[in-house]
Amino acid sequence: MPAEKKVGAQTVAFAKPPVVSATAAIAGAKEGQGPLADTFDKVIDDPYCGEDSWERAERRLLQEALEMALKKAGLKPRDVDYLLAGDLLNQIISANFAARALAIPFIGLYGACSTIYEGLAVGAMLIDGGFAEKVLVGSSSHYATAEKQFRFPTEQGVQRTPTAQWTVTGAGALILTATGTGPRVTHATIGRVVDLGAGDPYNMGAAMAPAAADTMVHHFTDTRRRVADYDLLLTGDLGFYGKTLLEELMRSYGHDIAERHNDCGILIFDRENQDVHAGGSGCGCPATVTCGLIMRRLRERKLNRVLGVGTGALLSPLTTGQGETIPTVGHAVVLES
Amino acid sequence: MIFLKAFVVGGLICVAVQILMDRTNFKVTPGHVLVGLVTAGVVLSAVGAYEPFVKFAGAGATVPLSGFGHILAQGAIKGVQSGGLLGAFNGAVAAAAGGITAAVVFGYFAALLFKPKG
Repeated sequence: MPAEKKVGAQTVAFAKPPVVSATAAIAGAKEGQGPLADTFDKVIDDPYCGEDSWERAERRLLQEALEMALKKAGLKPRDVDYLLAGDLLNQIISANFAARALAIPFIGLYGACSTIYEGLAVGAMLIDGGFAEKVLVGSSSHYATAEKQFRFPTEQGVQRTPTAQWTVTGAGALILTATGTGPRVTHATIGRVVDLGAGDPYNMGAAMAPAAADTMVHHFTDTRRRVADYDLLLTGDLGFYGKTLLEELMRSYGHDIAERHNDCGILIFDRENQDVHAGGSGCGCPATVTCGLIMRRLRERKLNRVLGVGTGALLSPLTTGQGETIPTVGHAVVLES
Repeated sequence: MIFLKAFVVGGLICVAVQILMDRTNFKVTPGHVLVGLVTAGVVLSAVGAYEPFVKFAGAGATVPLSGFGHILAQGAIKGVQSGGLLGAFNGAVAAAAGGITAAVVFGYFAALLFKPKG
């Protein structure tokens, strides 16, 4: 017998849709000079955030975002049932160390850049399943920590390829509650890990587009919905080339998404003037754009129904070094005003 | 005149490699370029083709990475002449000692003066 709230192969429909009752988005200087500057709660111009290493800076960003979301919701850490968080660094250290400071029962997540959407999906399941009343979700990335983790030391000044994306320095956090006012999470479609053989770590958008397409197509099939049922189909960090590729892929599956599709990696930077090549990326990209711009538009009812698909490239520097291709995943969540 | 020749020749080496990277969609990586230029310098120097190039372009031929390969090759050849087979190994690095030591010393002082955390 299929599970009560499961719809189709990969989707769950929440009986009592959990509410996003507060959000916080904190961004770095470059993001603060971009087109979404006024949607962030705070812009921290110092790339070190007053700390003495990039890793400490990132964890400061995440901790501040989590604390800000709590404050906005008028909650203390002890009022929250679970903290769900993750980031891009080895052993998700930003999330682990931020969780150490907050002392909320903690479930660490790793979905690479899709983590904020993975958190939204799992958090909503915890609440609608009756296991929690309030869940805090957060995710972060930092340009300098990601370069160090996945690419080259920034001091080396290695040339970035035209398809490379710029890791967003920023953190997003949100509070999910069983009751209250705010945008609601009505469905979640958990992605399968997809790998069509792309191996270039400087072209993540192309690697992740098939995962986003796979999840979107299953979402439409499971829910019997169409593109026109959504005001916006938002992907996490496909960037310019990944966005084009996703739209082509979806057309081949019979869904013309081009008019209603946008990508956080394209929204967050001014590609012409900010020298970010193919756009933004990193956990902080979908986290800050979703917790900032998208939630604001939903609250203002300028958007009524959004399908957000967080996309993650599940590679490690070790697998890249060993010549492996890049497994990717897309997690989708339906947000309604 | 030597300045102009050095500028043009050194620049052309860099332009050629940049075009190679761009045209191969960055399949040729900076790592390939580094190893490729040094190796090319060694081979050209060993067959005697690099020395006339250095005479013509001066620093334009010695400063790019291929010039480092040239130094290694010439050092190995001299090493063999004075110290036999072992000299082939000693000579190459001995000839390049200036560049290697400069890299270590300047790297050390840069690390003391700045915050290398990238």
